[in-house]
Amino acid sequence: MSITVSNISKSYKSVKALENISFNVKEGELFGLIGPDGAGKTTLFRILTTLLIANEGTATVADFDVVLDYKKIRNNVGYMPGKFSLYQDLTVEENLNFFATIFGTTIEENYDLIKEIYVQIEPFKDRRAGKLSGGMKQKLALCCALIHKPKVLFLDEPTTGVDPVSRKEFWDMLKRLQQKGITILVSTPYMDEAALCDRIALIQDGKILQIDTPQAIVKHYPKKIYNVRADNTYQLIKSLKTYEYNHSVYPFGEFVHYTDRRADFNPKDLIQFLESNNLSNVEIEKTVATIEDTFMELAK
Amino acid sequence: MDNNTVIQVEGLTKMYGDFAAVDAITFDVKKGEIFGFLGANGAGKTTAMKMLIGISKPTAGKAQVAGFDVYKQAENIKKSIGYMSQKFALYDDLTVKENITFFGGIYGLSRKRIKEKIAILLEELGLEDVSDQLVGALPLGWKQKLSFSVSLIHDPKIVFLDEPTGGVDPITRRQFWEMIYKAAHQGTTVFVTTHYMDEAEYCDRVSIMVNGKIEALDTPKKLKAQFQVDNMNDVFLKLARG
Repeated sequence: MSITVSNISKSYKSVKALENISFNVKEGELFGLIGPDGAGKTTLFRILTTLLIANEGTATVADFDVVLDYKKIRNNVGYMPGKFSLYQDLTVEENLNFFATIFGTTIEENYDLIKEIYVQIEPFKDRRAGKLSGGMKQKLALCCALIHKPKVLFLDEPTTGVDPVSRKEFWDMLKRLQQKGITILVSTPYMDEAALCDRIALIQDGKILQIDTPQAIVKHYPKKIYNVRADNTYQLIKSLKTYEYNHSVYPFGEFVHYTDRRADFNPKDLIQFLESNNLSNVEIEKTVATIEDTFMELAK
Repeated sequence: MDNNTVIQVEGLTKMYGDFAAVDAITFDVKKGEIFGFLGANGAGKTTAMKMLIGISKPTAGKAQVAGFDVYKQAENIKKSIGYMSQKFALYDDLTVKENITFFGGIYGLSRKRIKEKIAILLEELGLEDVSDQLVGALPLGWKQKLSFSVSLIHDPKIVFLDEPTGGVDPITRRQFWEMIYKAAHQGTTVFVTTHYMDEAEYCDRVSIMVNGKIEALDTPKKLKAQFQVDNMNDVFLKLARG
């Protein structure tokens, strides 16, 4: 196992940031922690990267204990915090050189690992890190986290606030790093990114809701789920919420995802109800649950 | 500008040296419309929005917001609009009530009106029990919902929302959009940026900026037809990838 987490809890005064968290990450796995801000993701990252000590429980990273062997862990992991943490007044190249040097290596020694990412920012190697665009900062931070060839890579919300195109590129990069044998633990608030991980843990309010492969998680969604559409989405949502048999009503892109409390639900009844509420062009069809549907069902 | 148009932009441009951050964009937004303003990081969205809310002078072009000219009547614009972003929302070290009072005061509401607004907002948001708690102690989702309500405190004609739902949990994100629908239904125009492409589908019309220019502008349905894809994410990828 590359990462083991056993019954970890952490509180800040009266706030329980993590409550009895346990999971394992296999070697070479791309494991995602999926949850909104405040779920406890960053606290968990800080415990695993030895920057914070848990109140209860144990954890190992690359077979080292996070408390007893913290120095060894620091040599064997790369950590990209959610907040940009490089030296703003050093240039791109200086930052990279600095991180290589403190880990006792050189840029040349591990260049093959970062090459593909670094070439994209190399034209700006003399620019101060503070003057880079968001996307370039992110790439530089990833290079700095990789320069000592870590066994395990920790990425805390690397794509938050990043547009869909750059997010897709970033995930393509992660997949290629994974192929080079690096174990990756990544957190994200974007549910659509969950599908790109080997396994995921859904996390909210310091608790893990479920751990499994993305495919298995959506397969275990407990209800039949329907796409509903009508001419006026706002009225549609309002009407669905007043329907006495509704179990959940969530806008989902151009549709509203609807589940019913009854086992013998007949969509025709709902169409009739909506039409009697003055909605026009009502359409209902069965659809497949997404990770986000599952998350909301579990968090309800 | 007819009565139904609340934002009218023509050839709006912002240059930084030789670089056109916003390159002659033209569009208009109707009263009560939910207008999605999309684009990759660095495409020029924030620069364009700053010009529209009256805090940055355009280099060229014309723009009227809520009937006021962005060059000459920036102060009138600021009074007629609401604004919220993920970064600057509310004061963490003021309580919920104090924040509402503060922003009500900034926008010139009477004491009596502020009192009424506090009662209405707390009830609508279900925040009665935490009204004397510091905003910093609230979960992000609550903060963002409160922040949206506060941006509407002076009944603005238009509200500008800059990535209002970033990092917010999926249930709260949807509650937030129901608030947006409600505001639009009551006649407030909503101008919103987001990186969640499912949210782009909730907009009446969507524009997509690429390298300072508006490369597409239509209803989500027509954009999907135009680019022959099933969802807005693919529209975005096709356009922004060039």
